[in-house]
Amino acid sequence: MSKNTNKIDSSLINYTAGFVFSILLTITAYIVARDGLFQSWALVYVILGLAVSQLFVQAFFFLHLGEEKKPRLNLMTFIFTLIVVTILVVCTLWIMKNLNYNMMPHEQDKYMLEQNNKSSF
Amino acid sequence: MTDTVIAKHQLESQGKNNFGFWIYIMTDCVLFATLFATYAVLNRATAGGPGAKELFSLPFVLAETMILLTSSFTCGLAVLSAKNGNKKQLLYWLVITFLLGLAFISMEIYEFNQLIYEGHNWTKSAFLSAYFVLVGTHGLHIITGLTWIAVLTKKITKSGLTTKTSGSLAMLGIFWHFLDIVWIFIFSFVYLIGASL
Repeated sequence: MSKNTNKIDSSLINYTAGFVFSILLTITAYIVARDGLFQSWALVYVILGLAVSQLFVQAFFFLHLGEEKKPRLNLMTFIFTLIVVTILVVCTLWIMKNLNYNMMPHEQDKYMLEQNNKSSF
Repeated sequence: MTDTVIAKHQLESQGKNNFGFWIYIMTDCVLFATLFATYAVLNRATAGGPGAKELFSLPFVLAETMILLTSSFTCGLAVLSAKNGNKKQLLYWLVITFLLGLAFISMEIYEFNQLIYEGHNWTKSAFLSAYFVLVGTHGLHIITGLTWIAVLTKKITKSGLTTKTSGSLAMLGIFWHFLDIVWIFIFSFVYLIGASL
């Protein structure tokens, strides 16, 4: 019986710890953005880092991902999904960046050719 | 007492029983990833209109985030009370989770209303289309979750913690925590980064 109550207490502590960590991470991200503590890309990476740490905090404290028994199917599908999501987002941005560069609007193309012709005189 | 035994048995084997539901959650992650990618590509395409910096109010969104985070916590407490077989406490936490979720979705609808009223609707620019689709999809999930909580609360009041209701509660817990995680990313990318760059 006492073992049972111990287990319950520990999961209550888990939830509370997850909640406190999440609040701290959220407020940190908010302050970083509000006060502009970092510039341009540094800001994006810092806020991205804080969001990803909160993802792991909630996955372990709220979704109990680490506590599974041996064939850890939930954890495996979770990692697989993380990989798919990363590929999806990063590669979309990469492709669209190249697309913008390679497929300039027609008028702009003509304008650039004209400018080239002018300079060759 | 039977309630306690059944609930404990159910929730202990939840890892195995909920695997299918977990797969659904993971595919939902991929859905949100596509919407995030779309938003990231289009977020500068404002068609001469105002961007994220001019449109969003950070303190308002921070309040929304805190409310959803607290509701995620109380949902965890509900699952915990079910594990202890404490029906009264379980119903109490479920109702609190429901009210917090309702407050969150009301704030979001208010924000949408305000934007549309000021003329910034989804037809104005690619940025606003991507924004409304991303945040609106999350909002639809929240409304689904609220309906689920309401139905489950009524079922538990009526028939107590049966095999069915405790299984459903465990899945609801996963669903609600997942929505909170998605919101953290919306809060970070759309609002925090959008408003400061």
